[in-house]
Amino acid sequence: MTCDNEVPVPEARVPVRRRQFLTFLVAAPVLTVAVPGTAEAVIPTLPQPAEILDLGDILILAGTPTAGALAVLSVGEDGVVTLELPRAEVGQGITTACAMLVAEELDLPLDQVRVTLADARPELLMNQLTGGSNTMRSVYGPVRQAAAAARARLLAAASKQYGVAADRLSTKDGAVILPDGRPILYGLLTSAAAQLTGVFAAQPKPASEHRLIGTPQSRIDARAMVTGQFRYTLDQDVPGAMPTVVRRPPTINGSVKSVDSTAAKAMPGVLAIGVVPTGVAVVAETFGQAMAARDALKVTWNAGTIDALSDKEIRAKLQAAALPFIVPPLLTQHVDMEFDFAFVSHAPMETNSAIADVRDDRAEIWAGLKSPIVARQTIAAAIGLPESAVTVHVMQGGGSFGRRLFFDAAIEAAQISKALRRPVKLMWDRKDDMRHGRARAASHHKLRATFALGNVLTFEHRVASVETDFRHGLGEVLTATAASLPVAGNLSFAQTVFLTTCKVPYNFGVVTSLLNEVPLRMHTGSWRSVYSANTRGAEEILVDQLAKKMGKDPVAFRREYLKTARQRAVLDKVVAEGEWGRTMPKGFAQGVGFHDEYKSCTACLVEIDARDPQNPRVVKAVIAVDVGRPINPRGLEAQILGGLTDAISTTLRAGLHIDKGLPLEGSYSQFHYARQKDAPKDVRIFVMPATGEPGGAGELGVPAAVGAIANAYARATGVVPRSFPIIFPVDFEPFPR
Amino acid sequence: MPTYTMIVNGKPVSVEAPADMALLWVLRDKLGVRGPKFGCGIGVCRACTSHLNGAEIQPCVTPVAECAGQSVTTIEGLASGDDLHPVQEAWLEQDVAQCGYCQPGQIMAAAALLRTKREISDEDIDRIANVCRCGTYFRIRQAIKSAAAKMS
Repeated sequence: MTCDNEVPVPEARVPVRRRQFLTFLVAAPVLTVAVPGTAEAVIPTLPQPAEILDLGDILILAGTPTAGALAVLSVGEDGVVTLELPRAEVGQGITTACAMLVAEELDLPLDQVRVTLADARPELLMNQLTGGSNTMRSVYGPVRQAAAAARARLLAAASKQYGVAADRLSTKDGAVILPDGRPILYGLLTSAAAQLTGVFAAQPKPASEHRLIGTPQSRIDARAMVTGQFRYTLDQDVPGAMPTVVRRPPTINGSVKSVDSTAAKAMPGVLAIGVVPTGVAVVAETFGQAMAARDALKVTWNAGTIDALSDKEIRAKLQAAALPFIVPPLLTQHVDMEFDFAFVSHAPMETNSAIADVRDDRAEIWAGLKSPIVARQTIAAAIGLPESAVTVHVMQGGGSFGRRLFFDAAIEAAQISKALRRPVKLMWDRKDDMRHGRARAASHHKLRATFALGNVLTFEHRVASVETDFRHGLGEVLTATAASLPVAGNLSFAQTVFLTTCKVPYNFGVVTSLLNEVPLRMHTGSWRSVYSANTRGAEEILVDQLAKKMGKDPVAFRREYLKTARQRAVLDKVVAEGEWGRTMPKGFAQGVGFHDEYKSCTACLVEIDARDPQNPRVVKAVIAVDVGRPINPRGLEAQILGGLTDAISTTLRAGLHIDKGLPLEGSYSQFHYARQKDAPKDVRIFVMPATGEPGGAGELGVPAAVGAIANAYARATGVVPRSFPIIFPVDFEPFPR
Repeated sequence: MPTYTMIVNGKPVSVEAPADMALLWVLRDKLGVRGPKFGCGIGVCRACTSHLNGAEIQPCVTPVAECAGQSVTTIEGLASGDDLHPVQEAWLEQDVAQCGYCQPGQIMAAAALLRTKREISDEDIDRIANVCRCGTYFRIRQAIKSAAAKMS
């Protein structure tokens, strides 16, 4: 491939950290769409929308016009190559995987590559959104092409300087190798390479020549993390930005009616107090003093937006909203099931936080942001500045799980900075993060499968969910790609997301899945795997019950109805490695689940100890994943492990109770995300060999594990769980509102 | 406002603070020691876990007055210069961290446990209640076992 669209990079918008010479942008990737084949014997199911074009394809399609500008590489005189990545790292390991892509193409040691997170780059339009398990899918081409073009330029520079034809040169260990074997370090060539004009042939290596991609590598930032040197948003020092907290209303979306700050103002360390749309902000010399003064404020509040609602009313709304089935269960045998899933906090360890410095004519923001362009637009509007006057720095985040698609703290920090006319370092308290932060929407599921003569004839799934907020740029993406979408009719954005992510992986005859949303004015957001954890989790439970009713083993049943050999291979892997069917003591059981999404697939086999049904523990997990082409198997395994822990948490114990307009849970002592004592002592993850292009991985692990855990619980206890989390008492005294 | 003197990561420091101010804010906001992280403020997530005279504490619920004249070690002070503590080494070896935010606390909890006990059982590890929201628990378990083996 020829890179014929190299363009110079605009002047650096931030102070250059060190001398950078070779900096340019290169070519766009090509979108490919594949329709999988179908299996035989069973009644085939027509390809569903997500099999034709999934959400990741849509994101890539929307990003295609700007893909050539995606990867900004610079080669320093010190030989260090820096990739400025327009994505957000929040623990998922993309900076390490991208460093591997660069090192691979440039024949560099991995430790000579740096990856920084780009500021909001509005020229990228819709191509700076980190979500949908799409980073490696969307950057695999562009980053390698940029690095390959950089290599070609370095070769051309060496060719000119040493009077040797480029095709007689090679590269190794960060140097161009002359025909006589002499290495010329990239750092010595970068100045000359940057001054070259013209077009350079740049073909990324074929996969057969990869020596680094596909090998397990440790995180490039691991040492900084284990020594306490790693800097998150709140660890940054921005001149004048002092600790800031907000006193928040007793119900979601309440607002300030009156404030008496007399006592608070007189407290030690307090610097400023002011009302903002979300509450009352307090700035102090330390967070301890800011929080003490916050608690001393006397505030009266206006009502919020869901004050009359508790779980009971919300659940009734959802049950009423589930759309009817098409197939009447008159002449065929059938299985009907219903499920409820509670709200779940993202609860990243680093709470919502941001630094903002808003002046009369400009603003600068620092935060962990997965959609920084939309954040910049929204912040500019909120503080009345032109977008061009707002600089948004993307910080590496302490977890996200979907939370940082939104920029709630960044907007709020900007509003406080503007109102109090001083830079602020805003941190949400945990109680606020859990109660006023975003959550996975609660959902209700109705499923019906019919069968006759040993075959599944129909499979219907009706999902009713509290509305999930996608106002972080996804609407623009779907609008821009509307003509290519594999769905017809007047579907909402949410229905389009649902249909381009969730698909039934089995040949179940006529399959229909429909989503209906209940809009409630509360704070929701995509939670790792969006609709799939609940939707596919529920389906995997139904599959076990359907198999039972048809007199088949859960694994044999899935093998029979899965659509492709690739899918069956991951199932076979966990069945063999996990010794499916082995004898278990009373109260213990195995369970299995399967999921296919993001051009990847996975099977999960767990063993549960449910001798006490109120105190179950997943004791072992065996998982196989096929992601098409693993970049960093070690990072991939980490993502699958995280997905497993998320599934253990949300299936067994972690959820939010909504009571009169506010979640009751306010900390980890109440929201029961898994601890070490809840985690399996034995986890085995098998990464299948590379076969194609990279698929998604970050969210892949959750849905299959949800199904496996629920199925294991059902087999161990004899009770099929219908409401999640399964163990969900209010076993704590809620914090005062 | 009273002044407190203590040893932080091997160096004597004096700091003016209200007696009831949590050590976490003295460390982070007054001394610029940013390794211990805020996660809950009530001692349940344990992201701030550090050592007081070698024993585990949660600085978010430890008043500074209680630390006067004593030795506080945060994640920054666990290694001896460039020589990492065996727990940190084990963390790198197992590539434990994902987002990394809870890991200073996880490492300090493990180091405190291994200081008192070298024969580590799964039940000992189960008692470490630090939250890891990325769900790295299995790798933490392996890293603690690996560190214990190296230290014994």
